[in-house]
Amino acid sequence: MPTALYRFIFACLLLLPPGAYADDAGDFAAADNSRQAQLLESWAAQPTAERAALINDLQQGQISVDGQSKTLRLNNRLRGLIETAQASQQLLAPDPKLRLAAALQLQKSAKPAQLAFLGRQLAGETDSTAHSALSLALANLQLVDPDPAVRLAAVRLLGETGEPLARTRLETLLQDGVETDAKVRIAAETGLAQVKRKLLIGDLLGQAFSGLSLGSILLLAALGLAITFGLLGVINMAHGEMLMLGAYSTYCVQLLFQRFAPGAIEFYPLLALPVAFFVTACVGMLVERTIIRHLYGRPLETLLATWGISLILIQLVRVLFGAQNVEVANPAWLSGGLQVLPNLVLPYNRLVIIVFALAVVFLTWLLLNKTRLGLNVRAVTQNRNMAACCGVPTGRVDMLAFGLGSGIAGLGGVALSQVGNVGPDLGQGYIIDSFLVVVLGGVGQLAGTVYAAFGLGIANKILEPQIGAVLGKILILGLIILFIQKRPQGLFALKGRVID
Amino acid sequence: MNQPLLLTATQKAGPAVTATVGGLVLLVLLALPLLSLLPADSPFQVSAYTLTLTGKILCYAIVALALDLVWGYAGLLSLGHGLFFALGGYAMGMYLMRQASGDELPAFMTFLSWTELPWYWTGTEHFWWAMCLVVLAPGLLALVFGFFAFRSRIKGVYFSIMTQALTFAGMLLFFRNETGFGGNNGFTNFRSILGFGITEPGTRAALFFATVMLLVASLFLGWRLARSKFGRVLTALRDAENRLMFCGYDPRGFKLFVWVLSAVLCGLAGALYVPQVGIINPGEMSPTNSIEAAVWVALGGRGTLIGPLLGAGVVNGMKSWFTVAFPEYWLFFLGALFIVVTLYLPKGVIGLLKKRGEQ
Repeated sequence: MPTALYRFIFACLLLLPPGAYADDAGDFAAADNSRQAQLLESWAAQPTAERAALINDLQQGQISVDGQSKTLRLNNRLRGLIETAQASQQLLAPDPKLRLAAALQLQKSAKPAQLAFLGRQLAGETDSTAHSALSLALANLQLVDPDPAVRLAAVRLLGETGEPLARTRLETLLQDGVETDAKVRIAAETGLAQVKRKLLIGDLLGQAFSGLSLGSILLLAALGLAITFGLLGVINMAHGEMLMLGAYSTYCVQLLFQRFAPGAIEFYPLLALPVAFFVTACVGMLVERTIIRHLYGRPLETLLATWGISLILIQLVRVLFGAQNVEVANPAWLSGGLQVLPNLVLPYNRLVIIVFALAVVFLTWLLLNKTRLGLNVRAVTQNRNMAACCGVPTGRVDMLAFGLGSGIAGLGGVALSQVGNVGPDLGQGYIIDSFLVVVLGGVGQLAGTVYAAFGLGIANKILEPQIGAVLGKILILGLIILFIQKRPQGLFALKGRVID
Repeated sequence: MNQPLLLTATQKAGPAVTATVGGLVLLVLLALPLLSLLPADSPFQVSAYTLTLTGKILCYAIVALALDLVWGYAGLLSLGHGLFFALGGYAMGMYLMRQASGDELPAFMTFLSWTELPWYWTGTEHFWWAMCLVVLAPGLLALVFGFFAFRSRIKGVYFSIMTQALTFAGMLLFFRNETGFGGNNGFTNFRSILGFGITEPGTRAALFFATVMLLVASLFLGWRLARSKFGRVLTALRDAENRLMFCGYDPRGFKLFVWVLSAVLCGLAGALYVPQVGIINPGEMSPTNSIEAAVWVALGGRGTLIGPLLGAGVVNGMKSWFTVAFPEYWLFFLGALFIVVTLYLPKGVIGLLKKRGEQ
């Protein structure tokens, strides 16, 4: 360790008059910008518990001198330095989570003057994650150490992590004329290659995950559509609005919880699920009974009529709730994420939605394959006339299946409200994609919808970084058109001999 | 049956009334541009606003007619005709932008700090080439899409969805600045067409006149088509495609022809729409616009030639009035119109007006 630095700091400490901390606020308030920056840097190198309150105040842009509170004018540089000083303070905290956060902050912004302090903290750090984060922060600083051996150790340490930050540090080190020692250079090159490989793995996994996440959302949106389309042969253009109604039901449930049960607000999405299912299923059945029933055998007219319904529903929601997005907050157990790799965080809400989508598929499968209603639905899907001859009440089955399809969309709406904006136009963004899922997957079998939804989701997310979101969508549309040249009935078609 | 007296009277009167009313409407439409040229203090003077609005509705009427050819006659409901309309409009817009910017790059390209025109802008300073593009761009796209779609016998709602996805994809593409069509804002601030100022009363009148002529020409074309053997094959194809195939016809060629023809008509309508309205942007390609065109046709009456024109006129007239008078209720009205027309007016207004014996 650079003992010279210790000595220097010690000497500085000796020079400080006793009781200097009390005057820190006064010093800071009186100083000009560059002096303030110096002060902050020295404080960051020497955090003490007494100064915590002062730095907290500074972070709010306030300072209290002699009991009077003043608002400070800070520039970005000073704000950054305050953050660093704050992080230094936090390293002293007893809570390992706070220390970890502080260490992560210091990885980005530590100043060379803090080297000695960080070294001491590292030696005393007991929490393993905080320890490794702190050692990285230290390694970042040691890259400019005059001793090549120290630099070499730091480079090796950086090379072993998969941090995005380590890559930029090593890249700057490898620029011409920055590093002169040949051994360190070689170590840095191998380290950089290692880091890049680890980052690539993280990126690919991240893309796969966002593909799965998009796929699960598409699945929730398209599942109900596939059921009604398979059963009635009509496209329900108002299906997207069922998603929207589900999301707005969530919003209303959240409002009710805020009003009547603020203690249990954490669990409002759980109650929102049955509410959304019930609301959308009722709207769906109502629409089926009053409008769609009269249009059987005329699928194109049904398409137009349901479009009319969707216009009315959108405008109705606009009138009731306003054209602006409403705020649906994630409960605490759905916010945050699981850090798998340094550059790969899996958000909890998306993880939960993937599991939820699979659970919905499973329940739908149970319903369609293990209950009497499911038996009837499948019978009507395969051959309506024959089913009617055998005594299946086709009208009732149509209504219930339409309710089921709409209800599933309502459940999807609850899920969507947890990941995106909730506004009157929510459903419009998903309707075309979910149609494509139905077209690709074919009707009559759940498996087709599941494969098509995840396939489209993953394909979208893989193409997105390569050629951009828009071109990716267009390419996928082209691919689907080519695909149905080969399989006009979609991936999974019911085999039959019916011809019109 | 208790029907309004007017309705009964029209039903009794038959084709003679249709011909008389049609002739009168045509006369009025031909007179409008001339009246607009009158001095401002004349009592018969037609304002530029009225002329533009009517011209716009006439362009929509051509779209409705084109959509009726594929939907009403061949049974293919396209929810993507807005794309062809907009493509024709963009082709015309390219020429107008080149006219406005002279030898320099159009303004939106300068903002993007592009130094030269993309290759597909080549030749757009010539009017004749822009006119070729107006026909070629929608025509070729329709040809390629239709070829693949009809080859694999996509029909019914599948076809509707694919066309909707097509226009949606087109909209996304044109929203991008990198595509080279002005992104979000599209084309606007036109100055002149063929050397005439675009806001001059004379130019407006001429454009209006051209629109009326195009409408009459497409009506005539549609009439000839509907009466020919070709038209009857199309109707047969709509009603029973399989039986037609068993009779030895190959439906693909028939479908493809009428599909491309319809797309080209839409493109021409778009090309006349842009100089009159003065703006074209990707919003024209939004699926909402295309599906609205379907309700014009459905309201007027599918499978007739006058119906779509009537529907386009009525719906757009209502829209202009509603969006000024009760803006928040327009969507309720439009939605209800979709439902009522499909539930109670399967043959549209024309079906009501026709003699009961003919139905």
